[in-house]
Amino acid sequence: MSQSRRLGDVKVGDALPDLDVELTAAIIVGGAIASRDFTPVHHDRSAANAAGMSDVFMNILTTNGYLSRFVTDWAGPDAALAKVAIRLGTPNTPGDTMQLRGEVTAVDPEGGTVDIAVAAKNSWGDHATGTVTVALPK
Amino acid sequence: MPNAALEEAFAPFVGQDFGPPEIARDPVNEAMIRQWCDAMGDANPIHWDAEAAAKTHHGGIVAPPTMLQAWILPGVRLADPDRPPSDKQEELHALFNQHGYTGVVATDCEFEFERYLRVGDRVTAKATIESISEEKATALGIGYFVVTRTRFENQDGELVGSMVFRVLKFKPSQPPQQASSGDAAPAKPQRIPAPRGHDNGWWWEALDRGELMIQKCSQCGTLRHPPRPMCHACRSVDWEEQPSAGTGSVHSYVIMHHPPVPGYDFPVAVALVDLDEGTRIVANVVDCPFEDIHIGMKVECSIEELGGVKLPVFRATS
Repeated sequence: MSQSRRLGDVKVGDALPDLDVELTAAIIVGGAIASRDFTPVHHDRSAANAAGMSDVFMNILTTNGYLSRFVTDWAGPDAALAKVAIRLGTPNTPGDTMQLRGEVTAVDPEGGTVDIAVAAKNSWGDHATGTVTVALPK
Repeated sequence: MPNAALEEAFAPFVGQDFGPPEIARDPVNEAMIRQWCDAMGDANPIHWDAEAAAKTHHGGIVAPPTMLQAWILPGVRLADPDRPPSDKQEELHALFNQHGYTGVVATDCEFEFERYLRVGDRVTAKATIESISEEKATALGIGYFVVTRTRFENQDGELVGSMVFRVLKFKPSQPPQQASSGDAAPAKPQRIPAPRGHDNGWWWEALDRGELMIQKCSQCGTLRHPPRPMCHACRSVDWEEQPSAGTGSVHSYVIMHHPPVPGYDFPVAVALVDLDEGTRIVANVVDCPFEDIHIGMKVECSIEELGGVKLPVFRATS
């Protein structure tokens, strides 16, 4: 984490290191609380049941938090996130594993940014897929 | 059939702000940042180590950008079931609920960041209902997509970032299922086994033994698949089975992305295969890059257990 990645070191097709997150109720509820999102389905199992879900499920801010951390783990402390655009899919519930994967799809030497196609999969399918744009030092 | 009464009622909401701008109760602070980083396992020192952060171009401790909305959410008050609708978005959702569109699911979220927030900054958010789609039929039920846009500014009126959010408000097509009790993890959805009846059970049982069979008319010799009681050529109900060599070629194919069916890793290649014996079968093509699959490609069958079900799959003939 102490080393920052530089724009010149990055090329299209580079893969980010895989990140697998074993999902627990603590991660899901902890993420909801840290994002101040007390929508009941994210912390109250009976509310999740009433909504047709088997258990509490991850809120979107936590998904975004993990995706951005996944990218900055790779990019380093000098990086600055410019955009996080995701399509949401299957819910993240305790007991499942979220598998974060990423690959560089574009490098813009003038703008100083890199586009990364990201995917967060779980046992049901795609939890979230999208693109993260990050500015890197030259 | 679009819901005219609902559409008339929601039209005035489009273009409206949720309400007055929301001002963060607390300025950006290290405690909330640290709690966020703990929850996300985020070890980036720009969020907690003042010395390390000062050496980066950020120049000091900054908040994680995807934390933006957390600064203005109401916290525990969100969980109060008796809380009346407090803004236009909640009024709009209540309107959908009254018309039976009680389901809600977020489908897309897009953040753009202009600058990182520093400790002491105070966020103001202005949210607008940007658009409501026409009625759509979705896998969850019929519904409407509602797009909202939130602009986040700092105490100096500078744009910090924006968030576009798309949700589907839908009429649930099935009543919510009751979850199982206990602490066991939810059962993972598997492939759905084909129903085995009087007319097709024999074919699946042959697969269970590792054999790919073809049904053949005993009268005129015409082959047919999938199994059925009567010959489409001569209408005889006398039939016999013959083993297939499992070799053939791709007659047509699709790469299926949506809707996701349980037990498959999407996208998945689905092919109509001309068996060399002279009939066709639908099955997955596996272990072949999608761009290499083509009509006429020679393939061979292997019978494999997938998600607890034995199924024929095809691979390119080497």
